[in-house]
Amino acid sequence: MPDPIAAAIAANRFGLGARPGELGLIGADARGWLRAQLQAPPPTLAAADLRPSAQILSQALELRRAIQAQRKVQAADAGASAGEDPAQQRLPQFLRPIYTAEVSARLQQSLTTERPFLERLTQFWTNHFAISIDKQFLAGLAGSFEREAIRPHVLGNFTAMLLAVETHPAMQLYLDNYLSVGPNSPAAQRRARRAGPRIGINENLAREILELHTLGVGGGYTQKDVTTFAEVLTGWSIGGEGARFGGGEPGRFVFRTELHEPGAKALLRRHYADEGFGQGVAVLRDLARERATSRFIATKLVRHFIADEPPPAAVAALADAFARSNGHLPSVYGALIDAREAWAQPLAKYKTPSDYVISSFRGLEIPLEADRTPLAPFEVLGQRTWQPGSPAGWPDRSADWDGASALMKRIQWADAVGARLGNRREAQQLAPQLLGANLTDATRQAVAHAASAAQALTLLLASPEFMRR
Amino acid sequence: MQRREFLSHGALAAGAALLATRVAFARVATGSARFVVVIMRGALDGLAAVPPLGDRDYQELRRELALHSPGEPGGALSLDGFFGLHPALAFLQQCYAARELTVLHALASPYRERSHFDGQDVLENGSPRPHALQTGWLNRALGALPRPAVGEAGVALGQNVPLVMRGAAAVTSWSPSRLMALDEDTLARLGDLYARDALLSVRLADALATNAIAGEAGDTAAMAGQAPAAARAKVRYAEVVRAAAGFLRREDGPKVAVFDTSGWDTHANEGGAQGQLAARLAELDAGLATLRQELGPAWQDTAVLLVTEFGRTAAINGTRGTDHGTATSAFLLGGAVAGGRVIADWPGLSARALYQGRDLAATLDLRSVLKGILSEHLGVESGALEQVVFPDSSSARPLRGLMRA
Repeated sequence: MPDPIAAAIAANRFGLGARPGELGLIGADARGWLRAQLQAPPPTLAAADLRPSAQILSQALELRRAIQAQRKVQAADAGASAGEDPAQQRLPQFLRPIYTAEVSARLQQSLTTERPFLERLTQFWTNHFAISIDKQFLAGLAGSFEREAIRPHVLGNFTAMLLAVETHPAMQLYLDNYLSVGPNSPAAQRRARRAGPRIGINENLAREILELHTLGVGGGYTQKDVTTFAEVLTGWSIGGEGARFGGGEPGRFVFRTELHEPGAKALLRRHYADEGFGQGVAVLRDLARERATSRFIATKLVRHFIADEPPPAAVAALADAFARSNGHLPSVYGALIDAREAWAQPLAKYKTPSDYVISSFRGLEIPLEADRTPLAPFEVLGQRTWQPGSPAGWPDRSADWDGASALMKRIQWADAVGARLGNRREAQQLAPQLLGANLTDATRQAVAHAASAAQALTLLLASPEFMRR
Repeated sequence: MQRREFLSHGALAAGAALLATRVAFARVATGSARFVVVIMRGALDGLAAVPPLGDRDYQELRRELALHSPGEPGGALSLDGFFGLHPALAFLQQCYAARELTVLHALASPYRERSHFDGQDVLENGSPRPHALQTGWLNRALGALPRPAVGEAGVALGQNVPLVMRGAAAVTSWSPSRLMALDEDTLARLGDLYARDALLSVRLADALATNAIAGEAGDTAAMAGQAPAAARAKVRYAEVVRAAAGFLRREDGPKVAVFDTSGWDTHANEGGAQGQLAARLAELDAGLATLRQELGPAWQDTAVLLVTEFGRTAAINGTRGTDHGTATSAFLLGGAVAGGRVIADWPGLSARALYQGRDLAATLDLRSVLKGILSEHLGVESGALEQVVFPDSSSARPLRGLMRA
């Protein structure tokens, strides 16, 4: 039985916004269209200028060493001025083009993919395991982090994704773990004998894995668990970083026995034998299997795909699918597609700025121009790519995005788009193609009676039903 | 355990409190009181911002990050002999000397875990528990003002309204824009199109009202366009501060403003007199100086409160930073503030005194401070404070005498 609302929901809520013709392609079997996107392995981003994170990071570390060496020479130079230091710009100049290329490739994928549900899931997971480019090196690593730790696992197992994320240099850097040292590790004991500055634990990564990546806050862990877990994770580090520790392939994850807190450890009611790197892996595997983790992940998915206040029945269904399948993600997505609540309220979610920009680009088929970076709309509308500003990632409720000033910026941006493309796009024709059964008479009329083609496009993009998904 | 009571001008305090009530009443009656809340997201290291130089355990806990005594190179700024002020906070020290700054220390919200996000939720929702309320204490206070605002009572400087100011009372948000304004006709059509949309119709009306007020704030955003990222952030921050002042100094504008600052989550390489935290504090300090200057005469009726979700560990960690902690410091400044004081029932930093053996213990409930400000400065009745603004807060008695005589 054809269900026109279902097609609009599939394209706009599960997908990234309908492109012209997409609703017709979805046709009567919206759920089937979504399930089909989960079949083949996830695609890799194809762009010539994308490089592996190990290469980027080793170059950045090398560059930083060169800058520091140069500074030392300058400092020794008595006459050196304390003014502008051109060296200070060299790292940003190295990192910035990498960030731009990665954002472009990601946006290109969002605009052209035939599997927009998969792409939205990718963005969901990157935001779940959030890193933020306000830490300098992350501007160069955010894109490769998503390509290396998230994309290969989006249709795989949660445990595999968790391990890939926590051993990725970007996460080690972002949450400071690469510097963390066990208080009884060989390195700390050597240091104590020489009475140098104290080295020890940094609990940032351990806490956020428990709070944000697995169990969720209130997931039953204590401060003692956080501290013990931080000890478990000592030695997880990055090659070439922290020259005093040496060793490891520059820019790659490395386990440093000399930093690792020795001994068996007990946390979250379990006992972990002293097996170096394997100890942390064992803890992560157990965390992924905790009931609290399945509930936490289910709640976040339901909030993202169904409603700000997650319906409990849908959360329970997804959590069960997660637990029964041991974190097999396509099984969880299947439960999401099957959840009755996902199809009940067509416009329950207010778009984030990123959703809004991407769906506009898709809907109007705006091509990415090689000579222009597509960063501006995301920045202006308040959601700079890979810069959520905190390890909790971007928030996912209407109230976080629906401010008066934020709305005015969307409208102004829609107006600018209308002015640029008005005479090359037919808003009246596009409206039903983008909004399908969600298109209201009020918007249809407003677009039809607009004073100009440009204004018609602005009204379509600024309409209440295009603000939501 | 060493417990000390600090009220630098203790002798004056009792009499001043009485007078303060009368003068504050005048501000309330005329509706001229202004209130700015600055949320420092990420957990400010209160022991770095306001170092307890006189505490015998301070040096050992902070080691190479410990600040030197006032007068030494890179030393802390002088407050009351026991506490110092981070050297990057020069403007705040001037305020202290002018008795326009009260420093609060060893204070915490009722939240006792260590999640930023739940901590900020409690800081903003005004209840003892995270996610217990979907509205903020500041919004509920606006709803209980003795003289209801004509238009928006509050403005959030940012694209969106933070939880602390969300709720039933009319508030709006404003942020600088590099985009072109719309023509009247398109706006009118959008107004019609949104007429049946409960959310968007209100937001659009708020945005238009706010833009009308902010029109004179000027367009410095364009300047920021090509500058490097760090410089751009600085320009934006200055712009936010100027805009806040622009709203508040108007007779017919909102009287309460809120904005965020970030970058306080100093887990590694926090720095001491110089470094990462010092740079953030210097930026904050400069912004507050700008706020004072831009407010002009309205500064006399203004109270600015700087708060964070919780403090950081008393000892530095293994990576020359600090991890999530409990109690911290806060700042209350402005011409309306009875300043020149450090208010702290200091619990000490000995191993036994630390909360769970690691954090500065809390001896002052943040809600006591908030209740004191809201009642004396904005005239919110105690019944509303206890029942609506801060539910389940009877243990937190209002702190009196915070406002100036």
